[in-house]
Amino acid sequence: MCLAIPGKVIEIANDAEGLRMARTNFGGVVKQICLTYMPEVQVGDYVLVHVGVAIGKVDEAEAERTYKALEELGQLEELEPPDIEALARERGNSP
Amino acid sequence: MKYLDEYRQEPLAKKLVEEIKRVVTKPWVLMEVCGGQTHSIVKYGIDRLLPEGVELVHGPGCPVCVTSLEMIDKAHAIARRPEVIFCSFGDMLRVPGSDADLLVLKSRGADIRIVYSPLDCLKIARENPAKKVVFFAIGFETTAPANALAVWEAHKQGVKNFSVLVSHVLVPPSIASILQSPLNRVQGFLGPGHVCAVMGYREYEPLAARFRVPIVITGFEPLDLLEGTLMTLRQLEAGRAEVENQYPRIVKREGNRVAMDTVNKVFEVCDRKWRGVGSIPKSGYKLRWDFRDHDAERLFEVKNIDTQEPADCISGLVLRGVKKPHDCPAFGKKCKPEHPLGATMVSAEGACAAYYAYGRHLEPKRPAAAAA
Repeated sequence: MCLAIPGKVIEIANDAEGLRMARTNFGGVVKQICLTYMPEVQVGDYVLVHVGVAIGKVDEAEAERTYKALEELGQLEELEPPDIEALARERGNSP
Repeated sequence: MKYLDEYRQEPLAKKLVEEIKRVVTKPWVLMEVCGGQTHSIVKYGIDRLLPEGVELVHGPGCPVCVTSLEMIDKAHAIARRPEVIFCSFGDMLRVPGSDADLLVLKSRGADIRIVYSPLDCLKIARENPAKKVVFFAIGFETTAPANALAVWEAHKQGVKNFSVLVSHVLVPPSIASILQSPLNRVQGFLGPGHVCAVMGYREYEPLAARFRVPIVITGFEPLDLLEGTLMTLRQLEAGRAEVENQYPRIVKREGNRVAMDTVNKVFEVCDRKWRGVGSIPKSGYKLRWDFRDHDAERLFEVKNIDTQEPADCISGLVLRGVKKPHDCPAFGKKCKPEHPLGATMVSAEGACAAYYAYGRHLEPKRPAAAAA
């Protein structure tokens, strides 16, 4: 869980509490992420995101390569958390 | 060379492997620190492309693996309370505590939720004012900025029903601990790329000088790992011990200073117990006193929980590079991802889970590690 995932910033707006947030596209999955630590980022930039917070900037080619590598390694679960109700039912029923 | 065919840039990989073979004149033991690197090395068989005698051992770089049993038990004690909504990253759910895991507690009725980001917990806290929302704040330096931001914002916004159970661990003290051990075999390190994207690599320079050990900050893709290995081996063969950066497209020497400013405002360094390893001085973060109202360990009075770890798991030795998954009699038999005995089998980034995922438990047992 120390790998960061690159995504493309598609919209920037402050949230109700004043945090600078961005809608960011990760290979088709769009998530709301926080830009507090990357004040210079603009719409169209690619950012490296870890647990919902941008920690660095990357170029498009690097973003593409990194995303592909993470996909091949099966390291993108963080984007789509599993269904905890189903997991708990399954775990609760196991011997 | 069969593994090379799988690389997207096969000719470049071949060149790097040939150069590694040309450079190496004697055996060396290198350690990759990051769990993502371990996963990549095993998946692409990078360790098997290296010349005879050059060994890659796997480091402590999986925060899920190294979270102490004691801290898991504290998390469970808090998660069981009826007034609590306990939030965690998904990969902590199956980590075994002394008598259950978070999924079992959930199946018994505890309100446990997976979050994408610690910031999501603030929303949950605002929507559930009658509940106490607790986040299990694990992770290395990569995760610390997000966790620090959640606490900073809760404090600023007056979200009083949000707290964090902090179990942060830090890479440089763990490297120092490995090098100080009488069992140590590691002569060079592939440093963790994304950790250093946040913290930079200035802190690694005194380590390289003090222990006369090369540290090459490295990415996690196959070509990164091959190049990082080559750079480390070149230093070893030349008798150099410096910090070099293989991953400059992501990592700068200073790291992300804006992020580290917030981390340093919210957290201070403390001693930390690592699962399977024991306490390492100054190897973790705890909340500063100003943020005590968001400290779950204090609010729920779990500081006194003290758990001893079972003796029948060698994950502590695996995490320090002393042994490999194959050296454990339980590996792939009594201990599998469905029923993990220890933490290195629980998380996909753990060395045992990576070996299991790519079928190495089905292969003949290899000779035990020399110093084991």
